[in-house]
Amino acid sequence: MGNEEKQSKILGDGTSKYRVIGTRPIRPDGVDKVTGRANFGADLQQADMIFGRVVRSPHAHAKIKSINIKKALALPGVKAIVTAADFPELGEGDIAAGEVTVSFHDMSLNVIARRKVLYDGHTVAAVAATSPEIAARAADLIEVEYQLLKPVMTWRQAMDAKAPVLHDKLITKGIKPPPEKASNVGARHEFALGDLAAGFAEADVIVEHEFNTETVHQGYIEPHACVASMSADGVATVWASSQGQFMVRAYIAKLCGMDISKIKVIPAEIGGGFGGKTVIYLEPLAVALARKSGRPVKMVMTRDEVFRATGPTSGGHGRCKIGAKKDGTITAADLELEYEAGAFPGSPVMLGCMTGTTPYDIKNMRAVGYDVVVNRPKAAAYRAPGAPVASFVVESTMDMLAQKLGMCPLELRLKNAAKEGTKAPYGPKFLRIGYEETLLAAKASKQWNTPLGPNQGRGIASGFWFNIGGNSSASVALNEDGTVIVVTGNPDIGGSRASMAIMTAEVLGIDVGRVKPLVADTESVPYSDLTGGSRVTFATGKAVIEAAQDVVKQLKQRAAKIWEVDPDQVEWKDGMAVAIETDKYKPLSIADIARVAGKTGGPISGKANINAQGAGPGFGTHICDVEVDPETGFVKVLRYLAIQDVGTAIHPAYVEGQLQGGAVQGIGWALNEEYVYSKEGRLLNSGFLDYRVPVASDMPMIDTILVEVPNPGHPYGVRGVGEVPIVPPLAAVANAVSRAIGKRVSDLPISPPKLLARIQSKA
Amino acid sequence: MSKHHISAIVNGDPTEFLCETQQTLLDVLRDELNLTGSKEGCGSGDCGACSVMMNGRLVCSCLVLGVEADGATLATIEGVAKGDQLHPIQRHFLEEAALQCGICTPGFIVATKALLEKNPNPTETEARYWLAGNLCRCTGYDKIIKAVMNAAAEMRGA
Repeated sequence: MGNEEKQSKILGDGTSKYRVIGTRPIRPDGVDKVTGRANFGADLQQADMIFGRVVRSPHAHAKIKSINIKKALALPGVKAIVTAADFPELGEGDIAAGEVTVSFHDMSLNVIARRKVLYDGHTVAAVAATSPEIAARAADLIEVEYQLLKPVMTWRQAMDAKAPVLHDKLITKGIKPPPEKASNVGARHEFALGDLAAGFAEADVIVEHEFNTETVHQGYIEPHACVASMSADGVATVWASSQGQFMVRAYIAKLCGMDISKIKVIPAEIGGGFGGKTVIYLEPLAVALARKSGRPVKMVMTRDEVFRATGPTSGGHGRCKIGAKKDGTITAADLELEYEAGAFPGSPVMLGCMTGTTPYDIKNMRAVGYDVVVNRPKAAAYRAPGAPVASFVVESTMDMLAQKLGMCPLELRLKNAAKEGTKAPYGPKFLRIGYEETLLAAKASKQWNTPLGPNQGRGIASGFWFNIGGNSSASVALNEDGTVIVVTGNPDIGGSRASMAIMTAEVLGIDVGRVKPLVADTESVPYSDLTGGSRVTFATGKAVIEAAQDVVKQLKQRAAKIWEVDPDQVEWKDGMAVAIETDKYKPLSIADIARVAGKTGGPISGKANINAQGAGPGFGTHICDVEVDPETGFVKVLRYLAIQDVGTAIHPAYVEGQLQGGAVQGIGWALNEEYVYSKEGRLLNSGFLDYRVPVASDMPMIDTILVEVPNPGHPYGVRGVGEVPIVPPLAAVANAVSRAIGKRVSDLPISPPKLLARIQSKA
Repeated sequence: MSKHHISAIVNGDPTEFLCETQQTLLDVLRDELNLTGSKEGCGSGDCGACSVMMNGRLVCSCLVLGVEADGATLATIEGVAKGDQLHPIQRHFLEEAALQCGICTPGFIVATKALLEKNPNPTETEARYWLAGNLCRCTGYDKIIKAVMNAAAEMRGA
């Protein structure tokens, strides 16, 4: 049963001070995407192109004793084979890259295994041949001799003192003094405020509980794909679908031992990433194969490869203890998280520690996280990396606290809500944020006030994500007819061209249809950080605004020149240059000025290269209504409402889309999605049939309320919006199911057999 | 082994191609005919990104062999718009912002067209079940379903 009355509204001050911002124009790249003309990663064909194929480990944990490529090389049509021996061996050391730190040592070993394989699907070699079929046959002819080691599949196994150690040099960071022996714990993180013991001593009521989640995948529909070619003088051109052409360029340079100036990366349209395309897998292999063969090499993953060797985000375990006064005031919170990092350290557990309790003003808190390596694919970023699991743990415990206090879970949240001036667990005090407003909107919503039937439950949960700024470049060029081209360096993953066009049109005061936004290659726009961290509309948008303001400044100067007045005597109003305090001069449109630009000083363009500061934190509150079938354990989502402080919605339809999409990914995480491994460590469900992402018939309409509390750090009040929406759903669903069955559900996914067992259990 | 010579009608045009036995119809469309609007998301018939019409039936072209297309009438995303005239389904997908990354969009539009040819007046539930074979990871389906319902209404003349 769908929710028939669509609820979609924007809560703000009720009036718009903008001409274009807040409208819903057709996206500039839309027609290409509904007609099949848009070129994604796998769509490029090159003359003389050959086809790469990866040889992957069938074992979760093994030493590579030998690799014999003789038979494969002898196969007619085979043009090149590469192994780790064809790549430089990189030293240890982490480098900060956006939301995560990067170890090129580990990245190179993840892209192609050296000495040891660490998960089912780990790349061992790659071959290029004149057809995909010959490449596949050649891959089968590559003989790899393994010495099997015992796989370590879960955080619990990995933290056992007797567990095999994956990396013999892995010394746990964050412990003083550092341990002498290597272990499977990459790092211990701790964040704390106040006095935990004193806080719990003040509490009238304390709840404590443990939770478990499984590995899940981003599940983008487009498998990783690229084409690489290399000229005889060592210059590489790479077409790749990724979240950042500059990221791809930098990583190829490191992994292949090349100068950045020798690599050009052309961004293809990207068919979904959600963080999973902020790293590279195929590109260095394709470059190495192109270098060896002298031919352009195309590489496309199968879905099986995507599941086995890319993405996922950590499963893990959490324990949370919260103490409160009788009136609901939280006095202390203690959070412990163990996240499975996959084969190399670097799970998002630190970000989990930094986000889990952040919606609340808690004077005494501690969050401790352990980053644990296991024989699974290396975790990659996934939408608000680390936050959903931490939030599931904390928000479920909050629900238990509300039940124990006999208090409304929404009122409990309102009582403790973080607001302007609240100190976040990771240090800073918040500027103006809109968390409380999301709770008030929830309280007033139709769904919150809809009665429930038998076997039905309602869950509420909140979530927080930082959002980031960073380096962005943009140029705005005026065409001879007054139309405008905006160039940025950020792949458009979900409609960002539309927001760039809207913000440009807003500054220039022109129709959005006269603005054409482009995503340029690495040689046509200066450096930009990748598309991630919900940064593009905020940071790249800020660069676009500054570049457009640069154009306005020049337009005023040109008008002044035409009128022979001082530039200070010209203002820019509704897309026209207007002389101040006189009607002597007829206002000049952007087209009027563009037409004669040659006579007033030449072409007009503006640029901005910035490191954007002042990203606004995002908070959301979701309400989920479910019905549980007590006979089968099947959960039907009846109604779902996602509310978020979005700052200012530049294109509200695409902002709603972010909320809806994030919510549904979170619902999938809560109800169905999980990696299932055999005891030998082989992935058993590496396809969409058995790794069950939500389909249209699983879902109701996803209602949204956009709360607009402008971010003081952006000229138009923009906050990042893409990541917050995946944070609350795990707990919103689990809380709804727990209330429907009258028992706490603490393990995800809440699949029917698991829930049925829970319903039938005595506990 | 020599290639097979296949004749088919593709988006209304008589078309011939050579294909190997193991090539899927999707491989042929993309690699031999350069019709790359149909996408491969899984290769196992689970995601619907390769949806095309074959002899009036909606199929996953990754589950059909190229040789099976001999004598068939095929319709792909490239044939949905007529020149510069978008089909109402395409227009409503744009108006409703029913796509984010856009990789699943061709498959959804082909599948929606098949639905509305069979059932011009689907309920929301019928639309959701018909489209259950098409995965979208970006939108949460909300705006897709709205676009489908709006397109259906326009096409019925409602």
